[in-house]
Amino acid sequence: MIRAQVIVRPRLSIFDPQGDAVCRAIQHLGVANLKQAHVGKCIELELDGDDIEAARQKLDAICKDLLSNPVIEDYVLTLTPANGK
Amino acid sequence: MRWAVLQFPASNCDQDALHVLKEVLGQDADYVWHKETSLDGVDAIVLPGGFSYGDYLRCGAIARFSPVMNAVKAAAAAGKTVLGICNGFQILCESGLLPGVLVRNASLHFRCEYLPVKVENATTRFTGEYKTGQVLRLPIAHGEGHYVADEATLDSLFANKQVLFTYCNAEGKNTPESNPNGSQRHIAGICNRAGNVLGLMPHPERASEKILGSDDGLGLFLSLLKSQNA
Repeated sequence: MIRAQVIVRPRLSIFDPQGDAVCRAIQHLGVANLKQAHVGKCIELELDGDDIEAARQKLDAICKDLLSNPVIEDYVLTLTPANGK
Repeated sequence: MRWAVLQFPASNCDQDALHVLKEVLGQDADYVWHKETSLDGVDAIVLPGGFSYGDYLRCGAIARFSPVMNAVKAAAAAGKTVLGICNGFQILCESGLLPGVLVRNASLHFRCEYLPVKVENATTRFTGEYKTGQVLRLPIAHGEGHYVADEATLDSLFANKQVLFTYCNAEGKNTPESNPNGSQRHIAGICNRAGNVLGLMPHPERASEKILGSDDGLGLFLSLLKSQNA
């Protein structure tokens, strides 16, 4: 079994209204020295098999085509071997 | 002229679009379910508004992989008319048929209202019945209409007159207050370089009968009919 985690983040050059709203909320709750917040997504996947490199190649393409939009987002794909449930 | 109005799961402006085409304009128009693979014999394709696939991941991100989208791409490449309204615009951007992407409104608010929208280029098949600089009154209804692209893309969109509609005030000025969603350079609608694929956030199909408050959107459909018959 392989576990994969995809973190999708808005590019820093793109205005992130959700991050901005979250930042202001946190500041309002008393963290006055908070400078920035960015809101992304965490997508967790489980695959059968143990060929991590083959899985990485396939999922990398999926990250580019579906899970992120390279115009506005970056992603980090992490794969780890996992024992069965 | 034969029209296809695509239906994705959670499209919700498909009936409005079909109503305008069939009942207001007397056109030969039908729904096409997103699992169809052929659009043979169709002259124009409408990707309607809605929340395809619940807007999961990103608006339009999953719909772009619907089987019918291969036929849409082929039709676009063959020069046929492709019109994406609201969620349809988002799908066209995600599928790469139009540049850029639509993200969450800068205000975070869902905006549902009539707004002034300026025609930036009245020399296309979509806008021939308007005048360049004309200010239309069109409704918007979206939470993710904030158009984003890199500076080079924005420059080339304007240089090639691919920006067909911008948000403006009643006098036609692109003021910060008249931008409902934070769209870069006030962009409300763009076409591809070839001029046969348009995406726009305002809803012309909801503004095609006076009884509904405005018929300023009808000109877009009339422009297409005229260019098809020319």
